[in-house]
Amino acid sequence: MTGAALSAILGHWRRHPFQLATLVLGLALATALWSGVQAINAEARASYDAASAAVGGTRPVLVDPAGDIDQATYVALRRAGWQVSPILEGWVRTPRGRVRLVGIDPLTAPPEIAAAGTVLAGDLTGFLGQPGMLIAGEATAARLESADLPPVTVAEGIAPSLAFADIGVAQRLLGLEGRITRLILREDQPLTRPPLAEIAPGLEERASGGQADLARLTDSFHLNLTAFGLLSFAVGLFIVNGAIGLAFEQRRPTFRTLRALGLPARRLTLLLVAELAAFALISGALGIALGYAIAAALLPDVAATLRGLYGAPVEGGLTIRPAWWAAGMAIALAGTAAASAGALWKLARLPVLAPARPRAWARASQATLGPQLAASAALALLSLAAGTLGAGLLAGFVMLGALLLSAALALPALLSALLALAARLAAGPRAEWFWADTRQQLPGLSLALMALLLALAANIGVGTMVSSFRLTFTGWLDQRLASEIYVTAEDAAQAEAMVAFLAPRTNAILPIWSVEREVAGAPAEIFGVADHATYRDHWPLLTALPEVWDLLARGEGALINEQLARREGLAPGDRLDLPGGALIVAGSYSDYGNPSAQVLISVSTLTARFPEVERLQFGLRVPPGQTEAVMAALTGEFGLDPGRMMDQQAIKAFSLQVFERTFTVTGALNVMTLAVAGFAILTSLLTLAAMRLPQLAPVWALGLTRAQLARLELLRALGLAAVTMVLAIPVGLVLAWVLLAVINVEAFGWRLPMHVFPADWLWLGALALLAAGLAALWPALRLARMAPADLVRVFSNER
Amino acid sequence: MSGRALLSSCFLAVVLIAFAALPGPSHAQGFAGLGTDAEGFAIPEPGRGFTFPEDHGAHPDYRIEWWYVTATLTGEDGRAYGVQWTLFRSALAPERREGWDDPQIWFGHAGLTTPDRHFVGERFARGGVGQAGVQAEPFAAWIDEWRMEGPSLSEVTLTAQGPDFAYDLELVTGMPFVPQGQNGYSVKSASGQASYYYSQPFYEVTGTLALPDGPVRVSGNAWLDREWSSQPLAETQTGWDWFSLVFETGERLMGFRLRDTAGPDFTAATWITAEGTPTPYPNGAFRAEPLTITPVAGRDVPTRWQVSLPERDLDVTVEALNPNSWMETAFPYWEGPVSFTGTHRGRGYLEMTGYE
Repeated sequence: MTGAALSAILGHWRRHPFQLATLVLGLALATALWSGVQAINAEARASYDAASAAVGGTRPVLVDPAGDIDQATYVALRRAGWQVSPILEGWVRTPRGRVRLVGIDPLTAPPEIAAAGTVLAGDLTGFLGQPGMLIAGEATAARLESADLPPVTVAEGIAPSLAFADIGVAQRLLGLEGRITRLILREDQPLTRPPLAEIAPGLEERASGGQADLARLTDSFHLNLTAFGLLSFAVGLFIVNGAIGLAFEQRRPTFRTLRALGLPARRLTLLLVAELAAFALISGALGIALGYAIAAALLPDVAATLRGLYGAPVEGGLTIRPAWWAAGMAIALAGTAAASAGALWKLARLPVLAPARPRAWARASQATLGPQLAASAALALLSLAAGTLGAGLLAGFVMLGALLLSAALALPALLSALLALAARLAAGPRAEWFWADTRQQLPGLSLALMALLLALAANIGVGTMVSSFRLTFTGWLDQRLASEIYVTAEDAAQAEAMVAFLAPRTNAILPIWSVEREVAGAPAEIFGVADHATYRDHWPLLTALPEVWDLLARGEGALINEQLARREGLAPGDRLDLPGGALIVAGSYSDYGNPSAQVLISVSTLTARFPEVERLQFGLRVPPGQTEAVMAALTGEFGLDPGRMMDQQAIKAFSLQVFERTFTVTGALNVMTLAVAGFAILTSLLTLAAMRLPQLAPVWALGLTRAQLARLELLRALGLAAVTMVLAIPVGLVLAWVLLAVINVEAFGWRLPMHVFPADWLWLGALALLAAGLAALWPALRLARMAPADLVRVFSNER
Repeated sequence: MSGRALLSSCFLAVVLIAFAALPGPSHAQGFAGLGTDAEGFAIPEPGRGFTFPEDHGAHPDYRIEWWYVTATLTGEDGRAYGVQWTLFRSALAPERREGWDDPQIWFGHAGLTTPDRHFVGERFARGGVGQAGVQAEPFAAWIDEWRMEGPSLSEVTLTAQGPDFAYDLELVTGMPFVPQGQNGYSVKSASGQASYYYSQPFYEVTGTLALPDGPVRVSGNAWLDREWSSQPLAETQTGWDWFSLVFETGERLMGFRLRDTAGPDFTAATWITAEGTPTPYPNGAFRAEPLTITPVAGRDVPTRWQVSLPERDLDVTVEALNPNSWMETAFPYWEGPVSFTGTHRGRGYLEMTGYE
């Protein structure tokens, strides 16, 4: 009996291969988008972990809040029994980008630093002393091939954009002889050791090395991606829900016959559960493969974004992780369960000889509008509460999620009210029938329309954010990059010669010198700026005291970036503690694309407080039209390699390129979400088309032609999509506002002005209509070409 | 104590694989007469003798060197204890340089043995930055907070600690330093490799051990070995068994056996009178045969021995105080206190390597 029942149930799919394809494809798409995003996130996180582990991982460290540590302090600690290992960190410039150089002492490094083990098992003699050796991963090693650097050895498992050297070699390469960035506290401390304050009073113990910051910084980025993946998955589930609903509806007679023949309801349900589980596993596997493809296609951009925006060490390669497979399968199963729960529940309660009431359930669900509206109101309140009472990124996302869900849940009620209004205004029986029929179909379509609303709102919201950001960012770049040429000398002597050489050829030579120090308990860059019109005229200030640049020039004031101002709640006039003494906050400026705090002081204050500052970088103000000539002269005189000299246009182009790459992923996910929503409409309409024949047949019998009916069907789909699009605009704008004013501030520390782009909406609206039209076209065509006999049969058939 | 040379060679093999291209023994031998080996390290030659206190300090021209102290102690609680303190110097190149560029590398081993526990500590350090080193006068040898320090090498404080133990001992003697082998030129294989080697086997010790159960006051004897060389041993020499025995009558005996897969074992010994006069014995005079094998750290290690030197009418059974005196260091080996009975009685130290 079970075998026969199974064969009867599965027979349905042989007769409806397209339906099977819809189900499998829908589930596969949902799984693919979700697991693709997960794969990207997992890859990026694995890279951070590798980088973090490479420099001591989770071991606590000793740091000097005022700067780096004297080597003598290290020796004093060791000789007092403290088992610490020195780390020196810095950047080496190469013509192909910066590489983070980590100096280690392989003999005292804790086992967490895998590179030390590599050295001990390899060529220790070559690693120590002169010229020493760099150890890096393959991609990074290629960037480090240079005459000025020690030979590079390629090793497996070293994080991207990272190179190891002996601490002595690193000190020499970075020009930091006798200095140490931090000391890793080993696990195996001896029985007794004097307190830290006795040996090195300036040092403090910290929970872990610098890489935790990276994870925190990039968290928001990954949360963004995850939110997108989840949205796509939810939208994909609408398709699955539609397909399963259709399959169950069409198999009702089969189920009834099977039940009548004696198959217990329980066993029938179990059979269907097994069937769905099998589909879920097949689709899940397909989806994971597809997700892998999506991730592989998008990862290079994501990696470039993370490197560009945060300096996070991620390369473009993707590794398959077992956990990722398991998670993908689980999410496919869970998604199927969620999408089929309703249908299964109805089936289990199906009376043995249920009367044929194919549309009864749809009419009954009219009653669910009330609870839906209540839920929508509750979610709107939750969103409001999260927005006003909550703090942090999570609250921002709760606010977003609740807002979107609330809008989606309110959609059927709104549409229903609109349709009721239209019905009352309708003139003539055909119009009246059209409105009434549309309203009756609403429950069957509402899930698909909700999906469309979500996709459209997300598109509008994210699109508005990206466009606002782009507009602000380009304007800001123009202000900020006022110098025509930016050069970096190779050493102090060359810098001096360069200044002498350039003085008669330029209008101004502006030092761009900085040190990295701790400000307000977190790492920050402190820049020195010259007192020059370039800054007075161009620097993008957000807030300022009246004589801001004079305060700076007199060494009394400091400018801080928006990130620091927001984080510490600093306003102009406040005091800011800096190494070497407090200064007045003279103002704040926007600083997009920079994850960390930044302070601007006058260049004389900088050199007075930090005499060791590297004086290699300059911005050059050049008379109009002379840029090329000055750059050529620099190349001719000093043989500067191209990596050390960039003109304004090149930097702008590069920055904008980084910016565009940042949002490539967002754009791709946007398009996919919209495609999935269109697909959801298609499956819903197909479901309805099969069920609606008994309703259409009488209308046809009353004289409307099949072509007229089909046109009405198409019109209805377009109309519903258009209304949904109009409703999506306010939702999308609120979404954009939340993204710009809440999420960005929490995630990046800067707030962006919002700009509105109505032209984009028209474009998006056209896309939505196209998607809905395409989705409705096929069922409409089928109706137009349906054999009259099929319509006549409705009257003889029990259905 | 040529065993120590092997030990250090093995450390070199583990810690400094850079020496993959080491000259083989015959090669090294071929260069011995020239005074340096292929990589420029000095080679020991007979008839050099010692100059103190200079020779208590480091000899950076040589590849390997150590300051090796073992002590047999008795606590106020009446229990027997053993302590080991070792500072190794291992050079990547025969020179000294400033700061991190210094090719001199140091490592320290500390052991503390009770009848039922064995504690181990290990340290690594770079020369040149001050984390480890040795100065001849006033004498100081250190790595991290471990110290052997005093006005002179005849009167030193010896300290070391690990995560779960520590010791702080005073070592004093009025006796002269004792050259091993031919006036300090100690041959360590049939193919002629050698080291410079002298000992101070007469220290009287007092001090404190810090143990998990609390501090213990102890006293007893300590034995210092100083050795430096540049030559590794033959590939067929798989390990060694080295004994330092202190008789109740005041004499001392150093003897070792180098196990060779290609031929007979190589042995050597030095008999030291209670006044400090040494008599070296050539290959074959000293004999050591295992009596009891104990499974230790997954290996079969002999922990009871029959040791004899017929020319001195010595025939004793040597037994480990704690058979599990396993040094779980980067290069693991067995080192611990022993006692012996037979024609003579007394206590001493045993070191064994190469038991797989």
